[in-house]
Amino acid sequence: MKRAAIVERAIDPGALIAEVQSPEFGAISLFVGTVRDVNDGRTVTALDYSAYVAMAESELAAILDEAEVNFGIGAVAIEHRIGALELGDVSVAVAAAHAHRRPAIECTRFVIEEIKSRVPIWKLEHYTDGAREWVDPIRVSGEATA
Amino acid sequence: MSILTVQLFASYAEAFGGPTLKIPLESGATVADLVRRIRSLPGGRSLPPSPRVAVNRKLAAPDQLIRKDDEIAVIPPVAGG
Repeated sequence: MKRAAIVERAIDPGALIAEVQSPEFGAISLFVGTVRDVNDGRTVTALDYSAYVAMAESELAAILDEAEVNFGIGAVAIEHRIGALELGDVSVAVAAAHAHRRPAIECTRFVIEEIKSRVPIWKLEHYTDGAREWVDPIRVSGEATA
Repeated sequence: MSILTVQLFASYAEAFGGPTLKIPLESGATVADLVRRIRSLPGGRSLPPSPRVAVNRKLAAPDQLIRKDDEIAVIPPVAGG
């Protein structure tokens, strides 16, 4: 099975694991991205995620197809949340299942890196001083947020 | 000449004061022509000279021709995850 969705509700990573689980798979790899309290040295209080939903869902579907070709992956489920998120909330989860661990792990890494580089999703950070700013990973120094 | 609706998101929507722009475009115009037209509007300098542009939900090259019924969006730097 392959499924990807943009959602406007809380993500349950356990539900994604259950979705990809099957007796034929000996490995399930799970990546979970959560809202962090500091970005680029500034204290973050909340995030608003927005997306070009139609294109984001078609890009996610393309990433699923590429993952299947690249890793011979058995099952993958992806959810990315949009809307207002609080610190610690799950923003994205990727679960990949395979007969063996290596393709499962490599698949989750591939999927999250592709999401970050090409899926049209944006985040507006709110800071303790009341300021707000759209995150631009090209401009921000250091590692981009997850 | 046709009027094209261009979708904007995130920082670009804020720069232009709304989620869409109506842009008059001659037939035979390319993605690069559209970008030049948008950058000449008030707030247009917030767009880089070669922003990502999606035509029918696929990223398009600057020389791609635009047809009047195409779904066009200008894509700010993405920051999902």
